[in-house]
Amino acid sequence: MPIRFDRKPGLVVYLTAGDPSLDATREIALAAIDAGADVIELGVPFSDPLADGPIIQRAMERALAHGPGRGGTTLKDVLALAREIRAARPAAGLVIFSYLNPVLRYGLRKFADDAAAAGVDGVLATDLIVEEAADYLAEMDRVGLAPIFLAAPTSPDARLEAIAKVSKGFVYAISRVGVTGKQQSVAADAAALVARIRRYTRLPVAVGFGISNAEHVAQVAEFADAAVVGSAIVELIERSTPEEAPGAVSRFIKGLRLRDAALAP
Amino acid sequence: MASIIHPVNPSEPRPGRFGVYGGRYVPETLVAALDELEHAYEEAKADATFQAELAGLLKDYAGRPTPLTFCKRLTEQLGGAKIYLKREDLLHTGAHKINNALGQGLLAKRMGKKRVIAETGAGQHGVATATVCALLGLECVVYMGDVDMERQELNVLRMRLLGAEVRGVSSGSKTLKDAISEAMRDWVTNVRTTYYLLGSALGAHPYPTMVRDFQRVIGKELKQQILEKEDRLPTAIVACVGGGSNAIGAFYEFIADRQVRLIGVEAGGRGTALGEHAARFQGGAPGVLQGTYSYVLQDEDGQIALTHSVSAGLDYASIGPEHAALHDSGRAEYVSCDDATALDAVVKLARTEGILPALESAHAVAEAIRLAPTWAPSDILVVNLSGRGDKDMGILARELKL
Repeated sequence: MPIRFDRKPGLVVYLTAGDPSLDATREIALAAIDAGADVIELGVPFSDPLADGPIIQRAMERALAHGPGRGGTTLKDVLALAREIRAARPAAGLVIFSYLNPVLRYGLRKFADDAAAAGVDGVLATDLIVEEAADYLAEMDRVGLAPIFLAAPTSPDARLEAIAKVSKGFVYAISRVGVTGKQQSVAADAAALVARIRRYTRLPVAVGFGISNAEHVAQVAEFADAAVVGSAIVELIERSTPEEAPGAVSRFIKGLRLRDAALAP
Repeated sequence: MASIIHPVNPSEPRPGRFGVYGGRYVPETLVAALDELEHAYEEAKADATFQAELAGLLKDYAGRPTPLTFCKRLTEQLGGAKIYLKREDLLHTGAHKINNALGQGLLAKRMGKKRVIAETGAGQHGVATATVCALLGLECVVYMGDVDMERQELNVLRMRLLGAEVRGVSSGSKTLKDAISEAMRDWVTNVRTTYYLLGSALGAHPYPTMVRDFQRVIGKELKQQILEKEDRLPTAIVACVGGGSNAIGAFYEFIADRQVRLIGVEAGGRGTALGEHAARFQGGAPGVLQGTYSYVLQDEDGQIALTHSVSAGLDYASIGPEHAALHDSGRAEYVSCDDATALDAVVKLARTEGILPALESAHAVAEAIRLAPTWAPSDILVVNLSGRGDKDMGILARELKL
């Protein structure tokens, strides 16, 4: 399925796969889709997540601390999980979000084959920039996966143009400098960045990093196509039991599009 | 073996590639800062004023040139190759790290950055950075793993005395790797105002090249000194390799001198199983960690392995990308030395030459002690003695029951 944002604003939900278990992540993902998430980003846990703040670091530690094999949740597990989610919800967007090393270790070509076979739509590699991505782009293209790249407030126009040129699915605009995590308000950086990105592409632009409530989503909706919600949901999962988590995430996501409710006193 | 991700345009090799290794694997937010750093460094490198200022500080502040010391008693006792020590331990702050910290500190100032961050393992780079920041009037924050803060407490106190803020890192293995991740998180957050003063020949381009360039002075002096003393080049140069900055600094001037063997010594730790050592060329595989493509100790799922070494400065899961290229081409050889052998080498050097090496440098000394008796008296072994062992007195007291 191509990645589409039919509703306004679109919602991308990030989950660290295997936190607290692969079964729980599947149930949470299905609940999130049913509650209105357009795209699920399945985060592959990594031992050294240097772009992530403490909330997602803790989630990755939990995901790596258990599960099959000595090291906990693996990329192979995440692809199996993606296949289950795809089978259960054929229309949802599905993106694998990973640091590069687990993908390299798995084998770039095998990863592309297996991700496509699992029904994944796109891939975002956190620490892969366009200049280093020739082989990766060729593999994504070969199997029809959308390569999704980050665009940052610090990226000059020439870089945004290069990013836009090779991106498919959507462009992920980072709302502010820094690591993942919650914040008080959407930085002014974000709107300016999205405007700059739009000069170079007609792809949808999703804004992420620090989007944690309905007010933020409403702010993002004024200038972007979708909001990415990650740490706020991961923290909610951290605070819930595995049984409660799908319901809690479902209610939270339904609330994200209720702008008026959020802005009411 | 993992596949290699090639740059977009392989016909135009990008600077910062060493064979297939190196490159720039970072979150997009940092790319502009790395570009800015690369341009600033290239300008500074070509600027005679900058180079003169650095040379002046290296001479009058850090104490260069460092001596090349002949180990008469050690050589006689071992009964083989002549052993020399390049005395980086005699530099201000006690290790080669000051060479790079001065270079990058001047660069930070030139770039108008007021805040400097750094990571440190053994604390020698942290102390060097804190020292240079004090000298240049810059704010300094040093990230250090909790395990390393405990085992190198003296250096923590030195950094604080010098006015730096030391921030403990309690994630992962609580060592150098985790300190680098935390420093990178700080940098990605404060990238517009902050200079990241990376301490080894690691990380994303331009760091491996820039740090090597600032450490090249070791090999340049060494070459001149050995020619003066022996009228010939050494048979081999031996250096310990954590990230690999002292080794690449000692090796670089000799890469074209094919007759000179270049021997890097990794930390063999306390065993050969994954997690028990930091010997990347014995059990590691190519991969991406903290900005660069190099050999990485990792499990079959691509998760980075824990490491162990008695020396905090060698206790790291990856290795500088230029060493990876030198390894694959066969130009340099890499061996490992375990904790116990390194500790023995500390005692041996202390008691035959009156020189107390850092635990890191003791790994190189141990390899020289192993090799020398098997070589002819006409052979010359130069050990890069990258640092002094005062910082290790706590560990030495415990391990050697002093």
